Amino acid sequence: MSAAAVVERTAVAPHQDPTLAGREDVRPTGRRLGPGRRRRLAGLLGPSALLLLWTAASATGLLDPRILSEPWTVVATAGELIADGRLQENLAISAQRAGLGLFFGIVVGAVLALVSGLSRAGEAFIDGPVQIKRAIPGLALIPLLILWFGIDETMKVLTITLGVFVPIYLQTHAGLRGIDLRYVELAQTVGLNRAAFIRRVVLPGALPGFFLGLRFAVTGAWVSLVVVEQINSTSGIGYMMELARTYGQTNIIVLGLAVYGILGLLSDGVVRFIERKALSWQRTLAG
Amino acid sequence: MAAHAGGLTAVAPSRTKAPTEAPLVSVRGLVRGFGPKGVLNGVDLDIAPGEFVALLGPSGCGKSTLLRALAGLDHDVKGSGVINVPDRVSVAFQDSRLLPWDTVLGNVTLGLGDHDADTKARRALAEVGLAGREKSWPHELSGGEQQRVALARSLVREPQLLLADEPFGALDALTRIKMHGLLRDLVAAHRPAVLLVTHDVDEAIALAHRIVVLDSGRVATVRAVAPEIGTSAAGTPTDAAGHEALRRDLLTALGVDVTVASH
Repeated sequence: MSAAAVVERTAVAPHQDPTLAGREDVRPTGRRLGPGRRRRLAGLLGPSALLLLWTAASATGLLDPRILSEPWTVVATAGELIADGRLQENLAISAQRAGLGLFFGIVVGAVLALVSGLSRAGEAFIDGPVQIKRAIPGLALIPLLILWFGIDETMKVLTITLGVFVPIYLQTHAGLRGIDLRYVELAQTVGLNRAAFIRRVVLPGALPGFFLGLRFAVTGAWVSLVVVEQINSTSGIGYMMELARTYGQTNIIVLGLAVYGILGLLSDGVVRFIERKALSWQRTLAG
Repeated sequence: MAAHAGGLTAVAPSRTKAPTEAPLVSVRGLVRGFGPKGVLNGVDLDIAPGEFVALLGPSGCGKSTLLRALAGLDHDVKGSGVINVPDRVSVAFQDSRLLPWDTVLGNVTLGLGDHDADTKARRALAEVGLAGREKSWPHELSGGEQQRVALARSLVREPQLLLADEPFGALDALTRIKMHGLLRDLVAAHRPAVLLVTHDVDEAIALAHRIVVLDSGRVATVRAVAPEIGTSAAGTPTDAAGHEALRRDLLTALGVDVTVASH
């Protein structure tokens, strides 16, 4: 019979009760099916393990440096390239391309999704062409884009934009169409006008879909970037790697890959952070 | 909630007399639905300003269809008939229907155009006993609290007509009784006309001035609820025998075998 009392006291303040000091918490909780509480920086665990594995394999000689440069060589190469300014220069131009493409892609995708999601006429005209665009691999358009726009920045940003707007459109549109009809009814009964309906119901309701699309879009932007920079370019991380290939500089190629990896990881982290803040009203497994 | 119950006498003032002015709501020959067996087959109904009408009926009898027609929510339903409703109509749904991405306060101010919307909403939330919860998310509230927010949202617009579609149907019995008291107080304070759709005979007797039973899309039975029959805030009717008689009467009208159903 004292078991129940112990349970209760333990649950309230185990550290304040000297008789219970050091005892285990004996709350009879059931098995948790969800993944449990979110832990800070846990997302870095996997990449760190990978880095550790790479270091170990290089240090023990399992990994031939001609196949894959050692981590410390890559770090040293990064130091040299930063010292002579090449890394920053190429990184800046790459980031600018990806950023511009991402920006235009987000705007185009979100606007198209809104128009197509809110009006039948919009859907009739927009949804079909976007689905066709989705079926064509973005990179298959590059030859045509080069013929139209040459090989300068316009072509590069446009290629990225075309890759980015599709996932933004698809996910935002799906999120918008998934808004419960009951909320639309509610909006009607409280007399919302169209603008207020879009601001208070449609946009927040479509936001989870938009963020999902954004995560695909960010990854997609880096992928498109690599391609446009390696095919025809005289600047950027991709160009730097392509040049290194000509001279057999594995260390620079691996550095480029590492930069892409870090950029991808960082940008995805930023999107997820914003998503968590913006969608704090949601109660999901993500926690 | 205690604040509301405190001011009440054994017979709530709002129930003492059904108003007798010109009707606020009038429905004539309302037909809704497809095919030969429509959902509503010619419904006539008047509701006076400040009158509390309960709409009873078995499920599928068309009571929700009637309420949705009055709320103007039946865009895609075929039908005919005349409906007159006032300008300011609020709807309380069975689910609290709070926007999950908006705070409690944001949900109450939804659609309020005036610059002092926040002040009004805070006052309404205090009235339903939720002062201090303005910044909470809907999912942080209990079912009863969510429904109280929905009531605050309905009443903050000072409606002339409140349409309530089984607003307490999803609540547990204890919470429902508390909500009855709250609704009675709010209606006494704001004096809207109310059309309450319910399948609960006791709820109808406890709250309404008049009970309309719908059957096969028609008004089958209308009963006035005398003040001494209705359940008071104290929970017991003054005229227990009359209360029981009305209850049996309504259950019979609903097609329930009273010899089994009564206790």
